[in-house]
Amino acid sequence: MIVADKKPIQEIIEEIKPYERILILGCNECVTVCEAGGKKEVGILASALRMYFLNQGRNVKIDEETLERQCDHEYLEEIRDVIDQYDAVVSLACGVGVQFMAETYFSTPVFPGVNTCFMGVTEDRGLWTERCQGCGQCILSRTAGICPVSRCAKRVLNGPCGGSSNGKCEINKELACAWQLIIERLKALGRLDEYEELSPIKDWSTDRAGGPRKVVREDVQP
Amino acid sequence: MTYPTYIKIIRVPCTGKIDILHILRSFEKGADGVYAVGCMEGDCHYTSGNFRARKRVEQARKILETVGVGSDRVEMFNMASSEGPRFAEVAVEMVEKIKKLGPNPIKLKKKQAA
Repeated sequence: MIVADKKPIQEIIEEIKPYERILILGCNECVTVCEAGGKKEVGILASALRMYFLNQGRNVKIDEETLERQCDHEYLEEIRDVIDQYDAVVSLACGVGVQFMAETYFSTPVFPGVNTCFMGVTEDRGLWTERCQGCGQCILSRTAGICPVSRCAKRVLNGPCGGSSNGKCEINKELACAWQLIIERLKALGRLDEYEELSPIKDWSTDRAGGPRKVVREDVQP
Repeated sequence: MTYPTYIKIIRVPCTGKIDILHILRSFEKGADGVYAVGCMEGDCHYTSGNFRARKRVEQARKILETVGVGSDRVEMFNMASSEGPRFAEVAVEMVEKIKKLGPNPIKLKKKQAA
């Protein structure tokens, strides 16, 4: 899932200060799971903002809504009938949702309510870690299901590098060396001989190096 | 053994049920203070309900400080269910504290706006 973190309320207040009618718009998908932008977080932020503006002696309308997703047309359309009632929207979706919201409702200012961080997993309650950088050319079959692109600080494809020490990365002693993990898993799978095979030069044009990307699937297009 | 009549008790199965939203909405609706009374730490029937409550109380305090209501209006106390006198003592303590802080500023602003 896409992992996001809450933005400080003060930062959001600074952005929406000039407006009188504000919609706090949550998303029921990834940001709900990582407890940053779901229905509950919408409720907390809206309540806090209502109190803030009341305390400032201002009568600002703060409404709450949470859509199934903000990255699909059909769900964003659900607010078309009410969007004109608001001067601004604070979207608690990831950066994708915020942008799609802005594209869909061109004349309504949209502000992000979370900081979008990465694609990752819930390792534990309140602990999310990165697993994928969407490089566009998945190599997990060769690396025992552990991604050196997202989990190695240097994105080394034939590792480990000289900074690996006691299974940890030199940038942080608590960070596991991805290549140590790869070797351990290859060993456990009885495939350690594959470690000897050199990875070819990776085509990074499918990563961000090639600019914004798109996937076109004619087979599923209408 | 009496406690002040200002206090409205909201019963929950465990303090672990208390959400930040319950605390925030109480202030939105005009409460002058909110305190959670949980079991003694280490004695939670559900293992960690009172620890969860304490974390949420802390988060609510931070939010209330940011929005200008003030963090001092929210507290958490731990006591055993057999400690009736302690319950009354804490109620008195909290009421005195809130009286010193004065009414919830949101409530005052709402009245002014009306």
